[in-house]
Amino acid sequence: MGLLDARITKHNVLVTSVDNVMNWARLSSLWPMGFGLACCAIEMMATNASNYDLERFGIFPRSSPRQSDLMIVAGTVTMKMAERVVRLYEQMPEPRYVLSMGSCSNCGGPYWQHGYHVLKGVDRVIPVDVYVPGCPPRPEALIGGLMKVQELIRMEQIGLSRAEALKKLEEKSVDPGRLIEEARKGAKAS
Amino acid sequence: MISPAVEKARVVWSVISEKFGDAVSPLDENPTMPFFEVTRPELWLDIALFMRDNPKLRFNYMACLSGVDYPEEGKLGIVCNLESLGEHGYTIAVKVKCDREGGVIPSVSRVWKTADWHEREAYDMFGMTFSGHQDMRRILCPEDWEGFPLRKDYQVQENYHGIKVPY
Repeated sequence: MGLLDARITKHNVLVTSVDNVMNWARLSSLWPMGFGLACCAIEMMATNASNYDLERFGIFPRSSPRQSDLMIVAGTVTMKMAERVVRLYEQMPEPRYVLSMGSCSNCGGPYWQHGYHVLKGVDRVIPVDVYVPGCPPRPEALIGGLMKVQELIRMEQIGLSRAEALKKLEEKSVDPGRLIEEARKGAKAS
Repeated sequence: MISPAVEKARVVWSVISEKFGDAVSPLDENPTMPFFEVTRPELWLDIALFMRDNPKLRFNYMACLSGVDYPEEGKLGIVCNLESLGEHGYTIAVKVKCDREGGVIPSVSRVWKTADWHEREAYDMFGMTFSGHQDMRRILCPEDWEGFPLRKDYQVQENYHGIKVPY
């Protein structure tokens, strides 16, 4: 249940936990760093633009790592770029999240064998929270990944480590197959 | 029937071989891209200048310069695609080879400016150096990269700045 669904009394008093408020604030204004590395960046820009409109999630790119919460690694990370990616990551204030977008930054993608200059997965240099598969992923897939980041933030508590939050997310994750099946059945009935 | 490209290349080759004699090989008359090889690489710069400035040739445009590895021969080489835009409309390729280890080819970057970055790329990928080049550095790989990636026997390095490179 979201924070806005909680009951608001007539004195404008809202009773909730501090965790809830903080998580709600964080996940409702995820600011990614505005940088792209390859063709995934085109797809990321399309997601930012009016057709998919990421701003409805409170997501819009910032031009400085110091103002960003989220790094979307959109594209092929070359060995030359890897060190720059690390530097940018280190400049981001905590709490920070990393979304690896597309096969290249997940695992090297089509360059896994003969791409001597390609880093075989950005998780070799920085910790990744969410991986989005695809080559490149469609905007829907990226939005799915961003919503996963939001889910992760929802799992957070004061004093809870990122690893524990990720574990909690894993335990609470819903099998989408069942939901899709239910929706299909419902559609047939009506 | 002889293709017009081969016919034109014959004219070009005869002008060059008249001047340089056995420094150039016989013309390879393939219809796709006729070429000759510079058999005395030390004369490559003179040949290039002659090709650019001779009024019968006027090769004013270098379309491409690529590196090649010939491991069986123990050689590295370059292939230059040259064009004479304007009155002649000639197109020809020139090959120059050098030793695989420590090979040197005269630079033509002062003849055609295109050659500047293309020669740096050939050096970066194959490892031959170009004498007389004003800025002989790697162009794509990092400065401290080990080996030359487009050689046939290239093995990628294990680590780069502490990051594992192979999959």
